[in-house]
Amino acid sequence: MTTLQLKDLPEVPLEAESISPDRFIGKTADEIAALPVNVGNRKACLGEFFAVSGDGGPEIVLEGDLARVKLIGAGMTQGQIHVRGNAGMHLGAGMRGGRIMVDGAVGDWAGAEMQGGHIHIRGNAGHCLGAGYRGSPKGMNRGVIIVDGDAGNEAGTAMRRGLIVIGGNSGDFTGAFMIAGTVVVFGELGERTGAALKRGTVVAFKPPRLLPSYRYACTYAPPFMGLLLRHLAGLGVAVPEAYLHGRYRRYSGDMTALGKGEILVWEAA
Amino acid sequence: MLRIINGTVYDPANGIAGEVRDICVADGKIVAAVEGGQVIDAQGLIVMPGGVEFHAHVAGAKVNAGRKMRPEDHRAMPIPRTALTRSGVGHTVPSTFAMGYHMAQLGYTTVMEAAAPPLGARHVHEELNDMPILDHGFLCLMGNNYFVLKYIAENDFARLKDYVAWLLNATGGYAIKIVNPAGVDTWKWGRNVNDIDEPADTFPVTPRQIVTSLARVQQELGLPHVIHLHCNNLGSPGNVATTLQTLQALDGLPVHITHAQFNAYGGAGWSDIRSGAAEIADYVNSHRNVTVDMGQVVFGPVTTMTADGPWQHRLYELSGHKWANADVEMETSAGVVPYQFSKRSAVNAVQWAIGLELALLIDDPWRMYLTTDHPNAGPFHAYPDIIKLLMDADYRAATLAGVHSAASTRSGLKDLRREYTLSEIVTITRAGPARCLGLANKGHLGVGADADIAIYPQVEDPKEMFYHPRYVIKGGQIVARDGRIVRDQPGRCLHVTPGYDGQIEAAISDDFERYYTVDFENYPVQLEHYLPDRVAVPCHER
Ligand SMILES: [Zn+2]
Repeated sequence: MTTLQLKDLPEVPLEAESISPDRFIGKTADEIAALPVNVGNRKACLGEFFAVSGDGGPEIVLEGDLARVKLIGAGMTQGQIHVRGNAGMHLGAGMRGGRIMVDGAVGDWAGAEMQGGHIHIRGNAGHCLGAGYRGSPKGMNRGVIIVDGDAGNEAGTAMRRGLIVIGGNSGDFTGAFMIAGTVVVFGELGERTGAALKRGTVVAFKPPRLLPSYRYACTYAPPFMGLLLRHLAGLGVAVPEAYLHGRYRRYSGDMTALGKGEILVWEAA
Repeated sequence: MLRIINGTVYDPANGIAGEVRDICVADGKIVAAVEGGQVIDAQGLIVMPGGVEFHAHVAGAKVNAGRKMRPEDHRAMPIPRTALTRSGVGHTVPSTFAMGYHMAQLGYTTVMEAAAPPLGARHVHEELNDMPILDHGFLCLMGNNYFVLKYIAENDFARLKDYVAWLLNATGGYAIKIVNPAGVDTWKWGRNVNDIDEPADTFPVTPRQIVTSLARVQQELGLPHVIHLHCNNLGSPGNVATTLQTLQALDGLPVHITHAQFNAYGGAGWSDIRSGAAEIADYVNSHRNVTVDMGQVVFGPVTTMTADGPWQHRLYELSGHKWANADVEMETSAGVVPYQFSKRSAVNAVQWAIGLELALLIDDPWRMYLTTDHPNAGPFHAYPDIIKLLMDADYRAATLAGVHSAASTRSGLKDLRREYTLSEIVTITRAGPARCLGLANKGHLGVGADADIAIYPQVEDPKEMFYHPRYVIKGGQIVARDGRIVRDQPGRCLHVTPGYDGQIEAAISDDFERYYTVDFENYPVQLEHYLPDRVAVPCHER
């Protein structure tokens, strides 16, 4: 296990793609401290900002308020990162495997375009959670993101595969342009949920304001919802007991796009 | 002063194919001999003229539209700033500085922007001026211009000729570009023309009249480059018939058919599209007035951009991708659509095969040039791979085996064993394009030529060789070494100044003031201001 203790909050954001098990494995603490980071337009090394201790194994623990540390675990393929505090933007962006646990809140673009692995955020997430970057045809494509708190706007934009669970509220445009995949929101949803969604499922436990281009289909109790919620409970998500019962109103859409997707709206039993 | 000694020289314009010779440079030109100066020992290296990019979309409003609508493209190839060079981004639509560096790093020293609307000339010049290293010019869109159609409709050839000459002077353009003649004008009313005898909407003028009239104008003005034609029905199955009709209509008048791949489709629809390369190649082989460039498809992402608005709308409907459309008031239109060429698509596989088939079936390398119609059929940085496909039949067969079987069953590619020689590659990337453009000082290493030189390692694999020039020399200065830019200098603008009767200005000013959104006085580009470093390539008026 390697521990990085943040010394001082940097004045400008730190771009620290090098904080990744792939880069740490097999290195000594000194070698890890020498890994590069960008501070504004200046090149620096991790050791300038972090006290590094440990052995360079596949587990990394980050301590301190890392709200201005960007790109933690971006592109990682293996191992585990535990952030004992907040994390900055682009956490786990493009990751392909491994796990990231964050005790605090994270900035925008967490899990953006990720292709595998598992992210669990205990606090709130920023905008564009698991989204595709501007212009990209695809957002998140495999993997799991769990947020215990709230998420900002555009969660799951252009998502292609995978699962996003938001325990609190979600902002505007949740699941916009989704190609496939599943977004589950336990709290309130903002405006325009599922705008231009082609396929995939948004599950809402509080009735959302639906776009007029969604069409009511039926009210039913799909067996997969029970399986999914029990699976989530196993992943450490606090699933209210009431949600395990009840039925769902299915709305098909978005009819301005392909129209093969759905918003499922829970009704208490 | 510079001497390149002991190099193995390929200079097909001067009949030199792999001879060990010294090349001497003074004042930016090739000279017979120099005393002293810098020496490059090119022992074991291959020396050839700098590359002449014959047809690429690199500057102007439509390229910017492509950049703006594709932020995802900018993430692919970032280049950081160095002490000498500026930063840039972009894979299929690189930013201005990046474009110049990338091309120079591949050994190219001249680029012709393939389609600029006259109204956008200032923007094009500003961007080309900023593009480092490369000498540059632009092809001026005329095939759907109001005054061109009007004078053809009025059967006033003298005025047509004066207008074309005036327009080239007014814009600082280099040659006559024609895109989907009559079709682009008709697109302004939401339709297209599908036959060379179908008239436009505004004036009762057919594609046949437009191409033959402008071809005559080119000949009579003695413009250095022939008409540069993007035929009607581009991109549509069965369009090989239209292309051949167009060539027959021209009846011996000199013409360049650009990105011929896109205009060589047989079949009746997308389900049975097949190669028409053999028919085009037969015609080219038996008619010396015709030249073509490949427009070779490269599998992967591209950004299609052309004045052919109706075709771009169709491609948008076929692909479901993003789409930009523009109406350049009196002159043309434009469309931009990102696209992905896939090895697993039957249509894309046939398109890929056609470009190679054309190159392999056309006998004379002096009349067939290497292009990807960058960034329409592929990005220019795929050239080394295309060169390998042309030089190595086994590599070609191996690549063919990995693409959709339609490339084998609906084209003749699998039976072609021709392999390009290095001399022929130098011809289709340098000497031929320069000759076709009428650039007497480019594309060769004879005394008096511009000292634009590329020096490559002599290695087995042509792809490796062409990706890694050891030295690139532009105007006698070493600008790139071992893939690094070592000197950042501006290029020069190549333009033409054909003569015309000054009365044409009075003749067009009424319609101009009535219909254009700019004042007549503000229309011509101030060449002294916009093109401080320019070369007027001579015309040979008849
Ligand atoms: Zn083109």
